[in-house]
Formats: sequence, structure tokens, C-alpha cells
Amino acid sequence: MAIFFYLFASLLVFSSIMVISSRNPVHAVLWLIVTFCNGSGLMVLIGAEFLAMMLIIIYVGAVAVLFLFVVMMLNMNSAEFKGIIGGESSVGIVIAGFLFVDLVAVVLFSSKDVSPVYNLQFVVEPGVSNASAIARLLYTDFILPFQTAGIILFVAMIASIALTLRLRPGVKRQKPADQLKKSKENSLFLAKNTGKFGLSNLNYDD
Amino acid sequence: MTELITKLIIFLPLISGIFNGVLCKKIRNTEAAIVSTLAITIAAACAFKVFLIAGVNKEVIHVFISKWIYFSSVSVNWTIYVDQLTAIMFLLVTFVSTVVHIYSLGYMHDDKNLPKFLSYLSLFTFFMLALLSADNFLQLFFGWEGVGLCSYLLVGYYYHKDSANKAAIKAFLVNRVGDFAFIIGIIMMMLYAHSIEFKEVFAQSKLLAAMNIDILGHDFIVLDVICLMLFVGATGKSAQIGMHVWLPDAMEGPTPVSALIHAATMVTAGIFLVARCSPMFEHSQAVLVVITVVGAVTCLFAASIAIAQTDIKKIIAYSTCSQLGYMFFACGVSAYQVGIFHLVTHGFFKALLFLSAGSVIHAAHTQEIFEMGGIWKKMPVTYANFWMGSLAIIGIFPLAGFYSKDLVLEAAYEAGGVGEFAFVLGILAAILTAIYSFKIIVVVFHGKTRLTDSAFDHVHEAPTIMNLPLLILVAGTLFSGMIGYYLLSINNPAGYFSGAIFNLDEKHGEHHVSMLIQNLPLVVGITGSLIGIYCYKHGLNRRISEILRPIYLLLKNKYFFDEFYDKTFIRLTNTLSRWSGYFDVRIIDRFGPNGFSYMTRGFSWCVSQLQTGYLFSYALYVIFSLMLCITIFVFKYL
Amino acid sequence: MMISEISLEHYLILSCLLFSIGATGLFMNRKSVITILMAIELMLLAVNLNFVAFSIYLEDMVGQVFSIIVLSIAAAEVSIGLAILVLYFRNRGSIEIEDINQMKG
Repeated sequence: MAIFFYLFASLLVFSSIMVISSRNPVHAVLWLIVTFCNGSGLMVLIGAEFLAMMLIIIYVGAVAVLFLFVVMMLNMNSAEFKGIIGGESSVGIVIAGFLFVDLVAVVLFSSKDVSPVYNLQFVVEPGVSNASAIARLLYTDFILPFQTAGIILFVAMIASIALTLRLRPGVKRQKPADQLKKSKENSLFLAKNTGKFGLSNLNYDD
Repeated sequence: MTELITKLIIFLPLISGIFNGVLCKKIRNTEAAIVSTLAITIAAACAFKVFLIAGVNKEVIHVFISKWIYFSSVSVNWTIYVDQLTAIMFLLVTFVSTVVHIYSLGYMHDDKNLPKFLSYLSLFTFFMLALLSADNFLQLFFGWEGVGLCSYLLVGYYYHKDSANKAAIKAFLVNRVGDFAFIIGIIMMMLYAHSIEFKEVFAQSKLLAAMNIDILGHDFIVLDVICLMLFVGATGKSAQIGMHVWLPDAMEGPTPVSALIHAATMVTAGIFLVARCSPMFEHSQAVLVVITVVGAVTCLFAASIAIAQTDIKKIIAYSTCSQLGYMFFACGVSAYQVGIFHLVTHGFFKALLFLSAGSVIHAAHTQEIFEMGGIWKKMPVTYANFWMGSLAIIGIFPLAGFYSKDLVLEAAYEAGGVGEFAFVLGILAAILTAIYSFKIIVVVFHGKTRLTDSAFDHVHEAPTIMNLPLLILVAGTLFSGMIGYYLLSINNPAGYFSGAIFNLDEKHGEHHVSMLIQNLPLVVGITGSLIGIYCYKHGLNRRISEILRPIYLLLKNKYFFDEFYDKTFIRLTNTLSRWSGYFDVRIIDRFGPNGFSYMTRGFSWCVSQLQTGYLFSYALYVIFSLMLCITIFVFKYL
Repeated sequence: MMISEISLEHYLILSCLLFSIGATGLFMNRKSVITILMAIELMLLAVNLNFVAFSIYLEDMVGQVFSIIVLSIAAAEVSIGLAILVLYFRNRGSIEIEDINQMKG
């Protein structure tokens, strides 16, 4: 069993490194998808299968595809590394290394005291599937965060549309409010016929 | 009524000075002249009345103006204290000031800024009067500094001339050196006598004479040190040897200024100080000896320089310096009354001499006597004034100088010891005085003229406005000696000055000297004048100056005092101040304010380098600070 | 949900590593802004892994519930981030890193 863990873990690390160091942005997104798959594999291994599937559906199916859309749309080239600041890379690696060491230190020092605390309320029930266990909590005790997450998604949707919507001039649209307000006065008028020059006071407006 | 008159004496010049000074650009010459002349004349009349009250009737007037400084044991008030000494000085100062005011209306009538000049004169008079009427050392010092300031302003009046500016600063600086000693004296008085009012300090003179102070390992008597410091201050003000260097250069100012300041008033402040503090000086014999020696040396030294000078004002200036020496050694032999008497008479005839010299300069447009000559027919009144002034200074009977100079020399002879040394020097100086006085008269007024023809035709008598006030001075020259000696018995300690000046033994004033000594000054004076007339009439001076060339050069260059001071003190001070300047700029400024600004700029430059504008740098900073926080927590846990 | 010889620390160290790699990706890229967004996704994955590991090992369901919520938030954030990126590209014409330096100084 442990072999699978090491397999998934190493693939995870490798693919994440490839994500951040790919030249081609499309390659980077594809490596991101591999990362997500491995991550979900790890989660299946540990027993949270619902979450693993959620990871695949949401991250791979939506987020990564969104990334691909944007990459394709912006038509980014795999441009050469222009090399502005070269000396900073070592500083960066050092800082990230320190960060990793610190986090590991925290983990190692404090995980001695970690032991299962049997919380009566949210205890894992044996014999219940993962989806059902999550659902038992999500719709009852955590209804507020659930609804809030929904609102956040809604707001995100509105924000994205509002940000990127371009109203092109000259494109006709329906304006339901105007349609409801239509009456005889503002939709009908008499045009004068001047014989050979056609109708006189005719002007088109939209 | 008496109080009102006394206050008027002092405040009228102040008001007219401020009025003229503040409005000097807006009022015309006539209005300024009227205001200042009126003020000073009324002040002079009041001074005469006060002289009758306080001087002749010997009633002391003590008017309290306002509180000044009160702390721990020292309390100082603004007051007007008039006794006989102050009264006679008031008389001298206000009368000479009136004369000078009216004279300068004529002398400087085409000056562009006459109101400013008149305001300076009035302010100077005010400060001098404040000095004279003080009843504590601090008010005296206030007046002291004030006259120094006004003399700086007046000497440097022709401010576009470089030499005048330098002379003004020189006067102020040398006075400052004396003032430094004065301040030390006042501080010591505060420490040891716990008071700076005259009454209280004088009452403690005997106590102070018994106290000792330890300076640099040697024991000195407190009273000696205090009196010495006061005397050094007086030396600076009264141009005694060592600090005399400012007086000839101060002739750069207009002639009325020289008459007022350097003949009659400011230079006499030092002698007034010594006479006022006679109770203190009497108990300190050592300082009296010093005063006598310094005064005697000065009078001979200055007279010897005067023989070799050729600028008319400088000759009269050195003559003043020499006569001040007389006054000082008179005080040094405990004959303060005689010293003040000589001061008063000298004020009159020296002012007369200066103002007459002013008329000559005004007429001939030059100050070198060897460029003038033969103008006595053209300026008879000035010629007569010069004769009177010169006879007075030589000491010919019955002019004023005869009485006062005689008394000075007699007192010196009587005192014995160092007084005899002073007597000898005084006699020698009297000869020289006669010689240079007649030098002026013979060379300027007689003989073949050396002026150009057009200039000679231009020489005219001074206008009436300049000659009329000189009548007062003439009257003083003629009569003040006799009035002082016979009417006021000014030399008798029980006479005019009783109670105002203190003498340790009251036997002064009685003549124990022989007839020879009594008449010696007169004989010597006549001899000297004959020598002078003969010498200059026949042009012997040039031959003598060639024969005795080294001595002549020494005298002409004022014994090289100025050069000596320049090479030692001035160079030293300049070098020190240059070094301090370097130190200040290079070290203190560099590490202090400039250093801070450089550091701040450098630091802010460094910090601004962090703002690269690139997104990933900012992300790096975020991660970096995150890492820092986590590290801190890890170490805290450890 | 069995606990094998792979203990909690293994998962935690793995998630720390993933987090550091994501952080490195934040500032080590020289290419484009998209990489930053992808690095953020990596970090969020690491956090999710952390939550899930704790939840399983402590036998507490709250971790997984919260992980779902984090998931939805991540999706929302990515959408808005990409929308902003598209807008930026429309206005500036380039999303190379070295052209985005108006905040210099």
C-alpha cells in the first residue's frame, strides 16, 4: 500500500515542478491537469473518494479547461526567457527552501500531540459512504457556509460577466422595459409624402 | 517737581532719539532738527537745575523708575540716582551734547540722512545719562554697553567707506574685551557681596578686602580682583595703553561724533566708574598703584605719538588719550575729586578743539595739517577758539586747564612713591602737550599755505550755526576752572564732593607742596609752547625727524601696537576661528544634520530599489515575510 | 479509512512540499501571469490535501466539508482572476511579466 503513496506523491511533485517551469503555457496547463489527477489519486488512497471525484470534476473539468480557453484566446507564444533579473533566482530558491524547512519543522514538532479526539457531533460513522457522510453535515450543520459558497459563486459569475462584457455600438438588442412601455404615441407617426422625393420627415433611430 | 525734572533729563533724549530713528525716512531734516534740538536743550536746562539742587545744595535725588531683576539675594531696579558726582557729569554731558547737536545741524546739513544721525546722537546721550545715574552695577553696565553700541553706529556712520566700517568694529571689539573683564567683576561681586547695588557693595568693601580667592593656585584678595577687573573694563572704554588702539581709528566718524564721544563723554565713563567706586578702590591699594602706573605711562605714551602725527583729528585724539591718563593717575593717588575736575574741564576744551578742527576740515576739505597753512586771516573765530583750547590744555593761567592740571600734578607729587613717578611722567607729557598743540596752530594757521589757489579761496569761516554753540564751550573753557576751584572747592574732600566720593584719609587737598612744584606745570607749559612755536615756524621738525629717524618712525607708527596686535591676537583668533569653522563644517555638519540627510536619502534610495514594479518581486516579498513570521514562531516554540 | 504505516506526517510533509513549490512558482516565473494563477492553484491543492489528511486521521468530518467549500471558492477565484487577465490583455496587449511594471519606483 505504501508503494502507491510514494508513486502518487512523486508524480505529484514532479508534475508540479513541471507546471511552474514549462515554457509553453499549454504544456503548463496540461501538467496542471496531471497534478490534479495525482492529487485526487492520493485522496482516494486515504479514503476520501467523494472529494477526489469532486477534485477531478471541478478542477480538471472546469478550472483547467478555463485555463486552456484563456491561453488559447490570448494566443501567448512560448517566448524565450528574456532574462531580466537573473540573480534573484537563487534568492528565491533559498527563501522557498527556508519556507519548506520551517513548515516541516512545525509539522514535525507539533504532530506528536495529534491524536484522534472523538467529537460526538462530527464523528466519522463506519459503514457510511463518504458522500453520504459529507452530506449529513453539509446540509444540516454547515448550511450557512454552503449557501455562502453558493452566493460567492453567483457573485463571481456576475463579476466575470460584468468585467468582460463589451457592448459594441451598433448591435441591436432587446430592451424589455422599452417594449413594455410601447404605446401609440411613441411607435407611430405620420410621414408626409412629397411626391418625387419620397417621404420627408423620416428618420431612423434605434 | 524735582523728580519730574530728573526724569526729563534722561528720557527726553531717548524719546527724541526713538522718534528720529523710527521716522528717519519719513520726516524732513528741519523737523528732525527741531525735535532733537528742543529735546536736548530742555534736558540741558533741567540738568543745570538738577546741578543746583543736587550738586550745590548737596541733596541726593533718588527716583525709582521700575523693577528689573529680582532673584535670590540680588535685586536690581531701574532708578535715577543723582548725587554731586552725577550732577556735575550730567551738566557736562548734556551741555556738550547740546553743542554737538546744534553744531552738527550745520556740519552735516547736506547729509542724506540727518534724522538718523541726530537720533544716534540722542540715543548716545540717553545711554550715557543712564550710565551716570545708575545706582547699581547692572544699570551702569547697560549704559556702558549702550554707549559702546552707539559709538559703533556713529563711528561707522559713513558706512560706504571701508575704513570706517573697520574702525567701528575695532572700537566695538576692543571695548568688548574690556567689558568681558567688567562682567567678571560684576559676577564676583554677586558671588561675594551678594548684591550689585552700589550702597551695599560699598558697605561691604572692608569685608571683601579681607576675603581671599584662589585662582590657579595663588591666593588673591577678593576686593583686589574685583577692582582690577573693573579697572580693566575702564581701560577698554577710556583707551588706556594696551586698549587704546581703537581711539585714533575712531576718528573715521564725523567730527561732531569725535567731539561728543571721544572728548567729553564715552571715554570719560571709565574714570566715572573709578570715581564712583571710590569706596572700593580706596580699600585696595594694589589696584590703585596699577591705576597710577597705567595712567602715567599712557599719558606720556600718547603725547609722544601725537608729536609725530600729521592728521589733525588724530593729534587731538591722542591728546585726549594722554589727558585721560592724567585723570586716571589722579584717581590712582586717591585724588578722585581732582580727576573728575580735570575730566569736566577737559570735556569743555577738548570738545572746543574738536569742533574747531571740524570747522577747519569743513573749510579746507582735507585733514592733513601739512596740506594746510596760512588761513588764520580767513577764519579768525576758529583761530581764536583754537588758541583758547590749546592754552587751556597746556595749562596757562587763568584758563580751565591751569587749575585742573595743576591740581592733578600736585596731588601726584604729594602722594609719594609711585605718585612721584607719575608726577615726572606728567611733567614730561605736559611739555609734549604744549609742543603738539602749537604744532597744530602754527602749521595749520600760519606760514605759507600749501593749499591750491582755488582751495585757498574757498576757505571761509564756519557758518554761524556752527560757531554759536561753541560759545558755550568757550565759556566753559574760560570759566569752569575758576568756578570749580574757587566757588565749588572741588578739590576739597569736604567741599563739593563730600559724601559722594570716599577718601580713606581725609587729608587730601591741603597744599603741602612747595611753590616750585606748584608752579612747575605752568613753567613747563610755557617752555614747551615756546619750543613748539620755534620748532614749527622755522621748519625744524623735518630736520629733527631726519636726525632722530628711528625714534620718529617708532612714534609715527604708534609704537607698532596695531601691528603687534595683528600678528599675535588677530592672527591667533583668525586661525582658531578658521579651524573651528572647518571643524564645524567638516565634522559636526557631516555627521550631524548633513549626515542624517545623506543617510536618509541613501536608505530611501535602497528602499526604493525594492519597488521594482514587477509582480513577482512583490510576490517574493509576500512569501518572504510569511516565511519570516513562521520562523519566528518556530524559534519561539523552541 | 485505514491507517497504514503511512502516517499523518507523510501527508503533511507532502502538502508542505507542494505548497513550497507553488510559492516558488509565484515569484520564479519569467513568463506570464497565467503561471501565477496556476501556482495559486497548486497551493490550494496543497491546502486541500492538508485538510483531508487531518480529517481522516483525526476522524473528524469537518475537514472534508471545509475542503469542499475551499474547492468552490477556488473555482470562483480562478474565474474572476482569468476575467481580469483577459481585460488586462485587452487594454495593454501583452501579459508578459516584464511589460507589467507600471508600479515601478
